[in-house]
Amino acid sequence: MLAATLSSGWFLENAWLIPLIPAVGFVVIILFGKRLPQGGSEIGLGSMAASLAIAIGATVQWIQRVNSASADGEHALGGFFGFARAIVPSAAEEGGHTAVFIEPVVRSWTWWQSGGLEFGVGQHIDGLAIMLLLLVTFISLLVQIFSTEYVSGDRRYTHFFAALTLFSAGMLVMVLAENMIQLILGWEIMGLCSFMLIGHWWEETANSKAALKAFFTVRVGDVGLLVGTAVIFFGANDWAVERGSNGFSIRAISAWALSGEASNSVLFWGGVALFIAAIGKSGQFPLHTWLPDAMAGPTPVSSLLHSSTMVVAGVFLVARIYPVFFVGFDILDSAVNLITIIGGITIIAAAALAFVQDDIKKVLAYSTVSQLGYMMLGLGVGAWLPAVFHIFTHAFFKCALFLAAGSVSHSGSHHSFDMKKDMGGLARKMPITATTWMISTAALCGIPFFSGFFSKDEIIDNASHNGYQFFYWVGLIGAAMTAAYMTRATYLTFFGKARGAAAGEHHDEHADDHADDHADDAGHDDHGHDDHHDAHAGPHESPWRITAPLVILASLAIFSGYLNAPAVGTHWFTDWVEPAGVEVAVDGAATHSSDEEHALGFAAITAEEGGYSEGCGFTDPSEGTVCYAPKLSHAEFSWSKAAPSIILVAFGISASLWLSMGVFGDRRHPLKGLTSRSRIARRGHAFLVNKYYLDHLYEGIIVKAVAYPLARAAYWVNQNILDGIVNGVGRGGRSTGDWVYRNIDQRVVDGAVNASGLVANETGHALQPIQSGKVNQYGALLFGAATVGAIVLILVNI
Amino acid sequence: MYAVNFLILGAVLFSLGVFGVIARRNAVMVLMSIELILNAVNVNLIAFALMNDSAEGHVFALYVIAVAAAEVGVGLAMVLMIYRNRRSIALDELSVLKG
Amino acid sequence: MSAVLAADVNVAQNVGFYIIAAVMVYGAVRIVSTRNVVHAALWLVVVLGGVAAQYILAAAEFVAISQVMVYIGAVMVLFLFGIMLTRATIGAEDGLNNRGWGLGIPVALLLAGTMIWVIVDEYGGSVIESPDGPMPTTALSDVFLREGLVPFLALSFVLLAAAIGAIVLARKD
Repeated sequence: MLAATLSSGWFLENAWLIPLIPAVGFVVIILFGKRLPQGGSEIGLGSMAASLAIAIGATVQWIQRVNSASADGEHALGGFFGFARAIVPSAAEEGGHTAVFIEPVVRSWTWWQSGGLEFGVGQHIDGLAIMLLLLVTFISLLVQIFSTEYVSGDRRYTHFFAALTLFSAGMLVMVLAENMIQLILGWEIMGLCSFMLIGHWWEETANSKAALKAFFTVRVGDVGLLVGTAVIFFGANDWAVERGSNGFSIRAISAWALSGEASNSVLFWGGVALFIAAIGKSGQFPLHTWLPDAMAGPTPVSSLLHSSTMVVAGVFLVARIYPVFFVGFDILDSAVNLITIIGGITIIAAAALAFVQDDIKKVLAYSTVSQLGYMMLGLGVGAWLPAVFHIFTHAFFKCALFLAAGSVSHSGSHHSFDMKKDMGGLARKMPITATTWMISTAALCGIPFFSGFFSKDEIIDNASHNGYQFFYWVGLIGAAMTAAYMTRATYLTFFGKARGAAAGEHHDEHADDHADDHADDAGHDDHGHDDHHDAHAGPHESPWRITAPLVILASLAIFSGYLNAPAVGTHWFTDWVEPAGVEVAVDGAATHSSDEEHALGFAAITAEEGGYSEGCGFTDPSEGTVCYAPKLSHAEFSWSKAAPSIILVAFGISASLWLSMGVFGDRRHPLKGLTSRSRIARRGHAFLVNKYYLDHLYEGIIVKAVAYPLARAAYWVNQNILDGIVNGVGRGGRSTGDWVYRNIDQRVVDGAVNASGLVANETGHALQPIQSGKVNQYGALLFGAATVGAIVLILVNI
Repeated sequence: MYAVNFLILGAVLFSLGVFGVIARRNAVMVLMSIELILNAVNVNLIAFALMNDSAEGHVFALYVIAVAAAEVGVGLAMVLMIYRNRRSIALDELSVLKG
Repeated sequence: MSAVLAADVNVAQNVGFYIIAAVMVYGAVRIVSTRNVVHAALWLVVVLGGVAAQYILAAAEFVAISQVMVYIGAVMVLFLFGIMLTRATIGAEDGLNNRGWGLGIPVALLLAGTMIWVIVDEYGGSVIESPDGPMPTTALSDVFLREGLVPFLALSFVLLAAAIGAIVLARKD
């Protein structure tokens, strides 16, 4: 029964080298970088190039492997859970290709063991991992090339490349992680590098603040990652150990979630916790505030980390152990779930914020947040493949957009990122940058035949296909908004009248700039190449080390979409990346005959259109088999279904163009100065400019609401009860009067202060005595509260 | 030997340590009170190890002793630094956390 | 109360325990109430020595020896150095307590009451069998080098970090 094995190869078997090379590169740069002629950048570039070479080799071999599977249909493989194993042949035809589960290339070594539990480190290479390996190494290499020019002469040039290289290593470790522990390791390395790189120019307070904010906000989410991993581990471990694996293994978790033996509440709460981690890392709605601030880092960092690679880690996490979310959130059986809600809110909220930004990088940052929302939405509605495909296409065009913004600031606007002050009319001066920008914008907006169209439209289409009608409309509106704010940014940057630095004015002191822009000013001060910059006047095209990555990325922004363009009938990406949701025999020989019968029945059912009642993720896998991926169906593409989004995008572009020319152009226009004339418009504008007051909420209200009442209670106890007793004995009536006076005084002042939480800074002085800062009082509160908590627990239990 | 003996001794030492942490003003005294708390925990660990006749409790007690040594080292270093900077180790004068 | 009078209650052991415990509790009260920092440190020696004695009663000889060496040998010396280097008054001193020290009394009483209640509720009357002999050190090393290996290694890193941290903090620059 056992026919040919799936093809494998050296590159697939040794894909673990891909993260190892940059990791070693990092050590070399840190130790010897400063002494090298190129300051360590050659090591970074070399290690990324080597990783890319291996990643390309692995990709080619993976494609061969997929093809060998489709050719044979039946395979014997070694290795899963220690059993020999065969893949159940399935005749299920789906979109013209045979659904065969392609065995991932898994290798694992023991890292450490403790108390009978073994923690492994290894590789788990499947389509998703291959795609991201290729993507991360490729974009990292381009960004490092770009950086050699962009940060040349920086005083921490070597450290910059060290951190970039370590970041790549971390991301790659996470991408090919075989188990959750390894995934967390990579995840945290990325968090650390993100912190180092955002704060690269830490001499400016704004930068170090942004770095801290990013770090802490993501840490909030990381708590979810640890909790979720623990929850899933305790749920899955027994099941997995029976099958020779453990509850950290990603394959075991996937199989367990789909086995039907998993408790639904464990999956749900584990999924919620893990999704919180994804919210933090991928800048989803309530925790998205760090991402725009992270633009304080150098532009290559924004481009690599905060648009194309690191921030998709959250999306990757959800995609990686998708069965947990699929079953936990009942994705195909509901019309709404946590992922879609968060994704939907993020799409609209971030797109609205992008309208009021003057900083070109912030527009792109909010656009990234919004696009990540699309990816989450896609995963939430069961469109796994379109979401993953959107990661792929988005990485290219968003990276190109950021690098183009960097190119504009580098050579066009004298290190300013302010579109209203220092840009405009740059299209003629910087033709390559402008062209690549516009191609990427077209891809981002989802204009037909650019890559974004094929991925984003698939997500929107599948939302409706899987019964998420409301989110279909959310997606469509988001697409129109995307088109509109990108048109506004394009107009402001490249068309209209040249302003400020773009017109050749030099103003080294951006005294009136936003605090956020100081990042770039700081960089400006640090840049040694200022000298040769000031030698020429006015904007000009950037040198080749900047334009070459731009051109490569922009062409990919067009063509990457054709890997999976239903409009022209290609579905390579689907074949290569999507794991087939079919049952896989764990121990082939024993149950093989019955499997075949089952497979036949299975084929008959799936052959029906929309046969959503059976298969992995819907019914429990039969005896002796496991599922690794839920069975998902894809919406059929048709131009008539794509029409609404095309029309809305066209509407968004034209409306925005009309408005931009009216508001920012020279002509007098009824809309000009609307925000200064209309109260409603001004309030809306202020609401958006203040980012929905979320930062105020976090810093001004939540922190104070938690910290102040506690301190106030301690103070009250201290002042009134203790002092009252002491004084009361000695001073009788006078202390009573004192007590009343202080109490009323405190209360009145406090009442007034609390009513205006937003102006707490101004009135902070009145609150100062409350925040005593005395450790002993805090200690008393801590122990007292712990005791009271313990008593409550005892009473509840007894 | 009654089981409650060790446990109640531990509880009393712990509470006295907590009182010390709250009441004391001198940083060195607070560190001493923390030692009391740690020792109270250790007494409990040893008592439970005795009840279950297992070595794990002893091992944990040794961990706690090691951590306590580290804590005293760092804690006293901090106290010295504070003293050097402020000529005082009174904790209520250290209200940098004040808002 | 029959369990209380069970034959396997070793009276001598219990009496020894109570004597040591009384000294320890008195010492602990003195630590948190004395007005002399050096006296507090010396009372701490008494309490820590009492803890070591209790360990011996509880058949934990290795831990008892470690307690004596680490605490009474090393930690106490550190404390005395700390007291001297910060030039605390050697004699009695006012102002060792906070202004709000009274807050500690209800908190400590509440804490002690809760814990004692729970302990008596759960273990009241139960008797620990007298151990055959001290816990063999080989048993400890087995735990240390098998299940406890990772925490053991982690702990050595903690100690290293503490040593470096203490040097960095205390050095004059």
